[in-house]
Amino acid sequence: MDSRGSELAVGPAREDALPASAATAVKIVVVGGFGVGKTTLVGSVSEIRPLTTEETMTEVSVGVDDVRGVEQKDATTVAMDFGRISINEQLVLYLFGTPGQQRFWFLWTGLFEGALGAVVLVDTRRLEASFDVIGRLENGGVPFIVAVNVFPDAPTHPMAEVRAALDLPAAVPIVACDARSRASSRDTLLALMRYLYRLSTQSAAPVAASAATE
Amino acid sequence: MTPSPINDAPSAWEEGGPERLYVLTGGRGASGRRADIDLITLVVARAAARPEMQPEHASILRMCHWPLSMAEISAYLKLPFSVVAILVSDLLRDSLIEVRASVRMDGIGDPELLKAVMNGLQRL
Ligand SMILES: Nc1nc2c(ncn2[C@@H]2O[C@H](COP(=O)(O)OP(=O)(O)OP(=O)(O)O)[C@@H](O)[C@H]2O)c(=O)[nH]1
Ligand SMILES: [Mg+2]
Repeated sequence: MDSRGSELAVGPAREDALPASAATAVKIVVVGGFGVGKTTLVGSVSEIRPLTTEETMTEVSVGVDDVRGVEQKDATTVAMDFGRISINEQLVLYLFGTPGQQRFWFLWTGLFEGALGAVVLVDTRRLEASFDVIGRLENGGVPFIVAVNVFPDAPTHPMAEVRAALDLPAAVPIVACDARSRASSRDTLLALMRYLYRLSTQSAAPVAASAATE
Repeated sequence: MTPSPINDAPSAWEEGGPERLYVLTGGRGASGRRADIDLITLVVARAAARPEMQPEHASILRMCHWPLSMAEISAYLKLPFSVVAILVSDLLRDSLIEVRASVRMDGIGDPELLKAVMNGLQRL
């Protein structure tokens, strides 16, 4: 206790505070393999420098009171980078960048629950890293688009070719992006939003169908 | 190469290890935690921090002078989300904070809300 009090005087810089009127938050998840540019994309559009939140597997998985978490010191820890965009005085958008590897999937229930949608960020040199992620989102009824992060040393592929390789349904948009560019990252998010808007105004949306068959 | 986030979270978190987390929450697991709190729930203080409080509770009250998401609180405190959720539940029980629930989408979004997000992004 005692001296920790001052040490714990932490929090956002004044300029990073939200207005008092902020009342509602929504989130978008950026998911993809290691090093594909998730943090870069989040940082490009965020109004705050990306922060990191963390969760441990024992905390998430047990769901009961127990001391096992204390004894189990090798609990898997998953870090997620996130950023923030104030949409207006009331509404705040959070962007979470999360690894797409299978061993992180246990976390996904909490993360994707309630998300507006997801951006699957892919590197054409390692497309196979995205198969599982895409299948998972489809099964979970989470609407998503695919964004191909274009690295200079990667061979260029027509989007149609990437779409075919990923076996994407025709309705799912696929866009090229440069995660380092604010405009390009914003346009990627806008592509997702336009897709979500279309789904919300259609009667028989494919997302509802896939969620129902789960 | 990777842009380093403000808080070097993982190393700091490992500092105290699971024992520290266990002590912070009084050994409570999910039972001490409100189910309606998620990563983007906004927290706002309704009372000032007092010296006799547990330091983590006091920190949360201080940093939530303006609304702040659970994810941000977790990042600044360098504590896992689930631990922060328990701490925030304590404060909520004692009416020391107010929470503003996040909008939850179930597959299909509300067109008005989606439009608002789109308009906001276009201004970036
Ligand atoms: N050329 C190019 N480089 C990029 C682009 N996006 C990211 N990079 C670089 O790729 C590297 C990895 O980017 P990160 O944003 O850290 O990737 P990440 O997906 O967050 O990585 P992990 O969190 O480690 O899985 C960094 O060195 C970036 O500068 C891009 O669009 N083009
Ligand atoms: Mg990253």
